[in-house]
Amino acid sequence: MTDLTKLTMTGALEGLAKGEFTSVELTEAHVRAVEASRALNAYITETPDQAIAMSERADAQRAKGEAGPMNGLPIAVKDLFCTAGFQTTAGSHILEGFKPPYESTVTANLWRDGAVMLGKVNLDEFAMGSSNVTSYFGPVISPWSPGVLVQRDAAETDAGFLAEVTAAIRQPRPVQEWQWSRKLVPGGSSGGSAAAVAARCAMAATGTDTGGSIRQPASFVGIVGIKPTYGRCSRWGIVSFASSLDQAGPMTRTVADAALMLGSMCGYDPKDSTSVDMPVPDFKAALTGDIRGLKVGIPKEYRVDGMPAEIEKLWQQGIDWLRAAGAEPVEISLPHTKYALATYYIVAPAECSSNLARYDGVRFGLRVEGGDLKEMYENTRAEGFGAEVKRRIMIGTYVLSAGYYDAYYRKAQQVRTRIAQDFEEAFKLCDVILTPTAPSTAFEIGANMDDPIAMYLNDVFTVPASLAGLPGISVPAGLASDGLPLGLQILGRPFDEATVLKVAGVVESAADFTALPPFVSARY
Amino acid sequence: MSLDKATVAKIAHLARIKVPEADQEHLAGELSNILNFVEQLNEVDTVGVQPMTSVAPHKLRRRPDAVTDGGVRDAVLLNAPETAEGFFVVPKVVE
Repeated sequence: MTDLTKLTMTGALEGLAKGEFTSVELTEAHVRAVEASRALNAYITETPDQAIAMSERADAQRAKGEAGPMNGLPIAVKDLFCTAGFQTTAGSHILEGFKPPYESTVTANLWRDGAVMLGKVNLDEFAMGSSNVTSYFGPVISPWSPGVLVQRDAAETDAGFLAEVTAAIRQPRPVQEWQWSRKLVPGGSSGGSAAAVAARCAMAATGTDTGGSIRQPASFVGIVGIKPTYGRCSRWGIVSFASSLDQAGPMTRTVADAALMLGSMCGYDPKDSTSVDMPVPDFKAALTGDIRGLKVGIPKEYRVDGMPAEIEKLWQQGIDWLRAAGAEPVEISLPHTKYALATYYIVAPAECSSNLARYDGVRFGLRVEGGDLKEMYENTRAEGFGAEVKRRIMIGTYVLSAGYYDAYYRKAQQVRTRIAQDFEEAFKLCDVILTPTAPSTAFEIGANMDDPIAMYLNDVFTVPASLAGLPGISVPAGLASDGLPLGLQILGRPFDEATVLKVAGVVESAADFTALPPFVSARY
Repeated sequence: MSLDKATVAKIAHLARIKVPEADQEHLAGELSNILNFVEQLNEVDTVGVQPMTSVAPHKLRRRPDAVTDGGVRDAVLLNAPETAEGFFVVPKVVE
């Protein structure tokens, strides 16, 4: 039965349609995989009973001939999406125990189409981070971390004079445990989503991307992650971080699965005025593999100083793959690229300081008492937020404060226009843009912690498209010499996810990435 | 750009986050580093450039001016740390 966790969603749909197995069987296999993967700390809340109930409903719908596009597929939900009646924490102490009375539009769309919820997965606190180490619920360990499965005897040993006697008669209780030689990050902020999908304890997961939080973790764990154009997915019911940047997207093991799930997640929502009022294309139909004549932009500014040679090499490999498939690489220039991170680290904290003002200990979440109302606010927020969140709230408060708004926030939004204009100009010369997803492979938990700026550099290739609101995907393209996955990023014109997916499909076929994380290959 | 302890205390107050005095010095250093990092934006000529307000121009759909939600008091109060008789309860504000 463990074979069922090896399936892609597209493959599982075929099996379900043919009656080879039921959604209940598929879901049970994944519930067991969730239990077997607890050492990764990918899930904050497991919802096995809900999963089984949803899978029974999915089977009943299929029997009636009413199977939706995601019917019976067990997935994980980033704990930033509100799920009615199920704890939603945003990875923060301040929301611990919060049970939303409503469902986010994106998850509601997925349940409408028949998907099954396995649980809520870990993330950086309020999605602020690139390593999943800022979560109040502890870091997620990447299934790619090197280690071995060891067997140990968990039977209790007594101390004292009876020890010898009990040792002679006791039953050994062998347990299998994973022992890591190095613990690597899965990337962030959608680190739990990435780890769960790579570890085969979810067929797919929802993610959100503000500056790279879908694409960078996808690259770190060797899966596919797409951030659609800003406005494609409703933000209603997603805990807000930076409202002009936040966008939901699927994290899957194949491009076809990404196309399938994106189609379910997208759509106009009257409850989010920034969601776009346009039809959702059939993304799967775009995966023709035919990219002949397509122009692929290669931005010269993305050849940053200190980029590892093997990432440069993989990028060239990607260019060669697309050329071999009939596309035409063209050099393009995105001159304001070097200012993207600085722009992001004004815009995102400013919006976060405004959005997170709602956590005051009055209406929901944590309350820490104080002498008066103001002290109650200050105590609640001091205890409820972690260090990185406080840092960003304070930077945001500063850049929005009287006398500094124009110098920082307005200036940043002007540079953001420049960055968006760079892309507009570039897309006159090309149809898509190919870049590496991240400047490195996954690093160790604890690295980059004493220097916030060093951590921010992880997002150097993903942030520009976030600022411009463009669709972007990361596709696994190969393994680096350290044995860890590397992804390539494809960016497209606004609302042209179809072309982005099509090109991603070609990269996927050429790369033929089949490597399994050690945590998974030991289990199979 | 370098922030001093007094400025950190002022920002912390504006953000309603209690920052113990012992932590202010360290935080001043961290925040100053981030502000120094973003200073580079001053190199960009933005004369006459409109600040970005939306990713793609799109028209908002109009809706009838009608009540679409409400009457869910219990759901609204469901997660409150303290309630009484259908209200949120907070520490006394006026003596």
